[in-house]
Amino acid sequence: MADGTPLLELEGVSKRFGPVQALDRVDFAVHAGEVIGLVGDNGAGKSTLVKAIAGIYSPDEGTIRFEGEEVRIKGPQLGIATVYQDLALCDNLDVVANLFLGREQVSAGPGQVSRQLDEVKMEHETADLLSNLAVTIPSLRSEVGTLSGGQRQQVAVARSLLGDPKVVLLDEPTAALGVPQTKQVLELIRRLRERELGVVVISHNLVDVFAVADRIFVLRLGRAAGEFKAEETTEEDVVGAITGLGNGGERDQNEGEGEKA
Amino acid sequence: MSATEAATVEEAGERRPTTGETVRRIVQGDLSSVRVVLGLVVIAVIFQVQEDRFLSAENLTNLMLQITTIGLISVGVVYVLLLGEIDLSVGAVSGLSAAVMAVLSVNHGWNAYLAIAAAVLCGAAIGCLQGSLFSRFVVPSFVVTLAGLLAWEGALLQVLGKTGSLNINDPKITGLANIFYSDMVGWIFAAVIIGAYGAALAVGYRRRVAAGLGDTNAISQIVRFVLLAAIVIAAVAILNSNRGVPLAVMILLAFVVGMEYVAKQTTFGRHVFAVGGNAEAARRAGIHVNRVRIAVFTIAGMMAAIGGVMAASRLFAVNQNSGGNELLLLAIAGPVIAGTSLFGGRGSVWTALLGALVIGSISNGMDLLSLSSAVKLMVTGGVLLLAVLVDAVARQQRQTSGRV
Repeated sequence: MADGTPLLELEGVSKRFGPVQALDRVDFAVHAGEVIGLVGDNGAGKSTLVKAIAGIYSPDEGTIRFEGEEVRIKGPQLGIATVYQDLALCDNLDVVANLFLGREQVSAGPGQVSRQLDEVKMEHETADLLSNLAVTIPSLRSEVGTLSGGQRQQVAVARSLLGDPKVVLLDEPTAALGVPQTKQVLELIRRLRERELGVVVISHNLVDVFAVADRIFVLRLGRAAGEFKAEETTEEDVVGAITGLGNGGERDQNEGEGEKA
Repeated sequence: MSATEAATVEEAGERRPTTGETVRRIVQGDLSSVRVVLGLVVIAVIFQVQEDRFLSAENLTNLMLQITTIGLISVGVVYVLLLGEIDLSVGAVSGLSAAVMAVLSVNHGWNAYLAIAAAVLCGAAIGCLQGSLFSRFVVPSFVVTLAGLLAWEGALLQVLGKTGSLNINDPKITGLANIFYSDMVGWIFAAVIIGAYGAALAVGYRRRVAAGLGDTNAISQIVRFVLLAAIVIAAVAILNSNRGVPLAVMILLAFVVGMEYVAKQTTFGRHVFAVGGNAEAARRAGIHVNRVRIAVFTIAGMMAAIGGVMAASRLFAVNQNSGGNELLLLAIAGPVIAGTSLFGGRGSVWTALLGALVIGSISNGMDLLSLSSAVKLMVTGGVLLLAVLVDAVARQQRQTSGRV
């Protein structure tokens, strides 16, 4: 499904915190129009990997290439958007305000002096974006705090798209959601793929990962412990790779390189 | 595509009827100003029944003049409350700033406007200092401004010197609280206000229609316009039948409207609400959280100074009691009574005016009935407690019923 130059490519990325080797020579790639499930046990290095991509940590070793060019990511930058598990929404503000938080549209004309908000334009763009994503929210003017968990997650994802990113990282997007809400969020993730975005979904929930991911990338103890095509593998294989037992275990002892080479 | 439709249908099922939503919004504070206006009506009826001078033009004019100082200080307090913080120094700052103005004007013969500007700058500088300390060292604003309360009260005594009181005689300063406009000018004010409000509504409405945003309800706009026009005309008629529209009231209104505009319609105001709602989310969205905090405390100091100048103008003097007594507590209580949340992120600058009206009406009415200040304080305390309880209950309901 996704050939050619990857949107985002990590090669031999390592990160060490004191005695802890959080990431050990990890290779990782995301192509346009592909959803990657990033799985692994607690402490496997998922968050470190995400933070390295998001630019919060700079890796000790290895290179990161964005659209084929080597980059040093410093802080959140255009091109890569991250939706953290806590969503970072302001519950007291409405959907439009949250979507444009920190990059409010200022109206033209005399209002510019006071940096007057262009509410009409923002609401208009919000409505466009949400309807493109087929996200339905009762009212764009309802406070985000009154929305359901699934709607909040969808608002957070939609917000990440405002910067026109090429890659979106989603940290546990379905955690703490009910069945119908999970379905909505997974549906939204598929729509991101249709928009030719590279999507990385970090999740503990293998059912959700299998439901939405094209490839599944397993981290174990900071190392790549296997990479599977979702269609050609079983949950058992993936669990094996996560725990280091069973079929995946051998790959793991092989320093996780076997599958990739 | 069928999956998309399925998602849409589920969302529709999740959506509750909008009438229920409206009722919930009224109860839970979005429309808490309606609650406060009802409260004001009840207060007015109670006092009017006991003492028919309460709603006389003369007394209403007095009431408006009585609330200007508290109202002006409360405008700044609202901003601090929107952050979820508190500023205990506003009373002391208002006293000190007024004293600075008085000393410069009376002892040093400064031009009145320069002296007033110095007072306002003094208040702003104090607010800026306190805001910087609070945000830079991450100490509770409660403590920083409590220290300020003590220190600036001391500074007030220091500035006033041995006499402990300064009489202000510059008519430009005393005029602030004592100028009344002629009937004609009053009606011009009314026309300008109504015209400006109507124009603002019409422009906003046309833009929404032009942008194709659906929920454009022309009737609600018309109702709002008629309501405002009626209130303005009634107010000007009442004030004109006594001494005329006071300059002090126009100043208070200008600050309330201007600062409400800043809070609700500008990027800065949006950021204040965001920091008050979820500072971490605001920080991650790229908002300079500390700059917002410092700016807000600067505004609070500035508004306190403006309130202090107004108080001095009304009293024709600054003395050791300026900015003291229960001024601070009433200035904080007002917005809270009128629905600005103590927990941050919810409220409006109008609550400064409405709250001052509630507190002022109670105080004024009890004075008319010659009740002791003992009773006055207890009743005001009761009203504050009631208002905070309502706010807390509304907040709990929002939390339990809000998220599914």
